[in-house]
Order: sequence, then C-alpha cells, then structure tokens
Amino acid sequence: MSANPDVVMGVEVENPVMPYLRQDRLPHIWCPGCGIGTTVNCFARALTECGLDLDQTAIVSGIGCTGRVAGYLDLDSFHTTHGRAIPFATGLKVGNPDLKVVVYSGDGDLTAIGGNHFVHAARRNMDLLCICVNNFTYGMTGGQCTPTSPVGAKQTTMPYGNFEHPFNLPHLADACGAVYVARWTVYHVKQLTRAMKEGLNKKGFAFIEVLSPCPTLYSRRNRLGDGVDQVKYYKERSKINNDVDTKDLSLEFQGDITVGKFVDRERETWLDAMNNRFTSVIGDKYEPYGVTNGEK
Amino acid sequence: MKADPKGVLTGIHFIDGDQAACEGALAAGCRFAAGYPITPSTEVVERFAGRVPLVGGVFIQLEDELASSIAIQGAAWAGKKVMTVTSGPGLSLMMEHVGFAAFTETPCVFVDVQRGGPSTGLPTAPAQADMMQVRWGSHGDYPMIALSPNSPQECFDLMIEAFNLAEEYRVPVFFMMDEVVGHMIERVEIPEASEIEVTERKWTDKKGKDYLPYEADESLVPAMTKAGDGHRIHITGLTHDERGYPVMNASTQDKLLKRLLGKIEINRDKLVDIREDGVEGADVVVVSFGITSRVAGAAVEMARANGVKVGHLRMIITWPFPSKRIKELAQTVKAFIVPELNMGQMVIEVERAVVSDAEVISIPHAGGTVHEPEVILEKIMEAAR
Repeated sequence: MSANPDVVMGVEVENPVMPYLRQDRLPHIWCPGCGIGTTVNCFARALTECGLDLDQTAIVSGIGCTGRVAGYLDLDSFHTTHGRAIPFATGLKVGNPDLKVVVYSGDGDLTAIGGNHFVHAARRNMDLLCICVNNFTYGMTGGQCTPTSPVGAKQTTMPYGNFEHPFNLPHLADACGAVYVARWTVYHVKQLTRAMKEGLNKKGFAFIEVLSPCPTLYSRRNRLGDGVDQVKYYKERSKINNDVDTKDLSLEFQGDITVGKFVDRERETWLDAMNNRFTSVIGDKYEPYGVTNGEK
Repeated sequence: MKADPKGVLTGIHFIDGDQAACEGALAAGCRFAAGYPITPSTEVVERFAGRVPLVGGVFIQLEDELASSIAIQGAAWAGKKVMTVTSGPGLSLMMEHVGFAAFTETPCVFVDVQRGGPSTGLPTAPAQADMMQVRWGSHGDYPMIALSPNSPQECFDLMIEAFNLAEEYRVPVFFMMDEVVGHMIERVEIPEASEIEVTERKWTDKKGKDYLPYEADESLVPAMTKAGDGHRIHITGLTHDERGYPVMNASTQDKLLKRLLGKIEINRDKLVDIREDGVEGADVVVVSFGITSRVAGAAVEMARANGVKVGHLRMIITWPFPSKRIKELAQTVKAFIVPELNMGQMVIEVERAVVSDAEVISIPHAGGTVHEPEVILEKIMEAAR
C-alpha cells in the first residue's frame, strides 16, 4: 500500500481506501502475499458503504499479525492484550452504547487464548462485529498450531502434522447464539466487503470468518506455494452455500471450502435484554441505560 | 468537583466493609464495574449490581477475571469511571491487565479483598499477603498506588480517594481490603454529595489530530479523551510514542518508562498518607496498615500502660511506600516493629528505608485470622528493653 495517488490512464486517482488508513503508519508490517491487507481493503470499502458515523466507530484488536489491523485504521482503535479484544470491546460498547464496536483479530487470538470470551460474547449477543482472519497459524510467533489448524497441516509445534481436531468456527458461533455468521476467503473480496457492511449494520453479535493465506509460514512449511497459489486454491475449491447447516462447515487440509452467509437472525442484545428486564421489574424508577432520543 | 448526588446514599448505615466499598465507588462516580464471583469480595459487586441500575450505570458479570480486568478498561476509554473487584486467585489472573492499565494510562480501581494464599488458600479468612503482588506482579516496571482501609467507614471514604487518585495520575489504584475489613459490620456515615470532593478526568480540549494521546505537560500526566470524541486515537500495549503509535526501540522505551514512573516519583511527598500517634520521641514505632493497624493500636495502648515510649505509624497509602518519613524517624527511634498478615512483605520496605539506622523487627503471620495484640506487645516490650 502506497500513500501516493495511483496513476490510471494518465489521471491521478486517490485510492478510495486511503482516507480510512493511518497513512503515517504505512508501510504496514505484513508479509508479501499475506491476506490480512486484502481483508483491510474490504473492511475500508465496507466502511465507505455502511453509512455509519466513523467518529462513532471503534476497532479493537488483540495480539498477532491480524492484531495489528487496529493500528492501521483511522478510527478510534485499540490494540489490547492477547485474547482479550472481545472483553475490552464489551467494556467499550457497554460503556458507551452509541459506539459501533468492531473486533478484528486472528484465529489464535480469538479462538485459543480468547476462546472463552468468544463463546460468551456470542451467548450474550453482545452488540459487536467480530471479524476473524483465519490463516490457520500463529504468524507473529513463527507458525505454531492453532485451534483451526487442519489435521495433517505441519506447524512448528506439530512437526509431524497436526493431529488435533480443529474448530469449525461458524458452527461454534452459531451454536453460541451469534445472530450473523458468514465465512469468506480473501478471494471473495466483493462478498467479503458486503458481509462486512452487513455485519457493521447488524445489531448483536455478528461473526465473519475470513480464510487468508500465510505464505511465509503456513504455506511454506506445507509446500503450498505462495500467496497467489493459495488464493487460486480458494477460487477453485470454494463453493457458496448459504443454506448449509453450520455443523457441516468443517475444513480439511486443502479440501473443499463452503463459503456463504449461514446465519442472519434477530435476537435481543445484551443491552436490550438488560433494559427490558430492569424496566419490567423496576418500572418507572428505572431509566433505560444508553438510550438516546428514545432509540438505540 | 462535587459528587453526583445520584450515587450518594447519604445517611447513617450499619453495613460491612464490602458494602461500604461499593457505596464509596458509587459516590466517587463509578458507573461501570465488571467482575467475577470470588470470596470474600463478592458482596461488593452484588450490592453494585442492585444499586447501579438506579444510579445510571452498568454492572456486568463476565466469564472470568481476565475479561473483567480488561472490560473495565474498555469502559474507561468509553468515558466511565470503573472498577473491578476480586481476591487473591482472581488478582493473579488480572496481573497482565494491571500492566496494560499502567502502560496505556487507563484510570481504574482494582479492589482486592485479601484472603489467605497462595493458590486457593483460605477463601474465607483474612491475609495481607498480596501487597508485593500488586506492586510487582505484572511484568515490567509500572506505576501504581495502593490504599489500605481498616474499617467499613474507611472502605467508603478511601474508596473515593482511590478513584480520585486513579483519575489524577491515570494509574491503576489498588484498594487493599482483607476478609475481616470486608465482612466486619460497623457504623458508616455517608455525607451529603455536596461534601464529597471527586476528581474529574483530565479531558483534553484539543480537537481532532491536534490531540496527541500521550503528550504530557510538566505534571507528566497526559490529558485524556474517549472513544467517539473524534480524535481517532490509537491505544496500544506496545511501547508507543506521543501519538500512541508503536515505536519499538530503546530510546522510546526509556522515555516512556521514565515518564510513567515519574508520575509517582515526582509526587512521592504528596502521596504520603499516614496516621501518626506518638511517634515523636518514641523509642519504638509500630508500622502497620489495614486490619493489622487496629490490633497494633491495641498493643500500643497496652505497651504505653506499661510505661514504654511507643509510637504508631499507620499507612493509609501503602504504595508508594512512605520511605522518607520512616528514614527520618530511624534517626531517633531504637526499633521499628512491623506486624502484617503475611510472612514479611512490607517489612522489606521498612528495612530498605531504615538501612542500619535502627532495628527492624518483623511480626509475620501466615493469615487466617488477625494477630493477637499480646504478640505485638511482647515484641514492643523486648525492643524497648
């Protein structure tokens, strides 16, 4: 990503994503062929289309390669501790319900060390958009096994190939009560952008899994070629199926990938549930919390 | 500024320390608490959960102490005054976020109702054995403040002080209760809101990108903002510059650490809060804090009845440690006696201040109950001989 305008057919054009980035922080730290930047591009485009007031939109990341996303977006942004993006975001959202709060982190951060917070935020239907960039590995620490690593994939801590059963993240999110669940890959930039836009406008716990290549570690160690090769794999082996039962969304090593929007439903958010409960029990003495102008 | 009357339950109450601590937090303006149940601290959040809906705030019971100790920091960046409440095992889990609060300069109060440890230890019995953990338990060097109340009334009064200090210095503040102080029931007088002074957060008046979140004046404490105010801040637990951006090199680390620790260092004299009773001209001085100060007070009275010139120095603020005063007294005092409900923690600080100017006598106690005053008396009599 360059901070300079591109020249297209002799005309200088500003990259439409640039205004959403902290340009004084570029270049970013991600490796060539890494998919995280592509997801950020999609997210920035979703921000342009979502109609939200970006001064009232905050992003929270944990630790790891994807954990650095918060630092590149020109929003109120918080780079928190390993695994704790969701509880920090919970405090931020509950502290000021007018904010739209996005959690943006990786598979290791959100589903291993932060797994407990993930299931509980979905259970509570905390009003957060949670984007998980799943590259099946811990990139920042050099390529260790994560809870999403497919069986057979080689990792530094699984040198003979992973033998642990991985999470099926859409199924996990669905079972815990997320109101929006989708999976896309970095090949599906249009669909991913649309999903992010929908997620930004969804009330409640929305979850998007994005499969993304890690050419430096995961692909290299498993002899899968470079970033482009992995995107070709996504292209060739992905099938869109919005109506699939989430329990059938397990991923196998370099196997078929089902992508789509699997869940889109309504459920009372944590804040609404609290206000409704207190209003019904306490009555007029209770002033609903975080309610401005009779809405939100 | 004065306290918001909404949170102040003015009147005379007969309540325990845990409940008084909750009322102190509400009076101080705390409008967000997160916690996970743990004996003997749970009554604080139980009361908060019942009271806060009527005051205009939120309590959330989270899945563990890791979540609680970081959720409060999210809420602080949303503009709230915040606390979490726990005891030993929970405090151990919170340690990483103590560092995050100190490094990101997030004002927050950690209430620790101490119980016997290590590990699960004695859940329903007192100790004062987390004193060094709060000072040094999170990795790296970090600034913090700790207060040690010895009664339900002080749980109310000093809790307000704890919140005020957290706002003034933007450091994590530890409220070091113990099982006895938490569960003893006494008279608690809650004044009118107009008589309660609370410190407002030091908000920036700069707009947009003119605001640098970690640019500090000579106070070393930067002005704060909150999410949604249009500053588009970046906050990170990585070593950062004045913009809040990660800059990972030795010079940035050096500059940042020195400023953070400096917030306490340059205010060491201001941050002395001790109660002295007859220390001038005393041969022996008992140094105490928290619940042990009440037992020590009884022992001091008994020693005086025996004709011993004994003083009592009670620390209200335990961190930063009042080294300067102890050092001064060491020039005239024969011996310091340090009873505490641990195997010898704060006594190390007394020794550090005294060096070889006087004798320092530790009266350790493994916890589970308080000292017998006679044990302290015996040491006073020995030292005075």
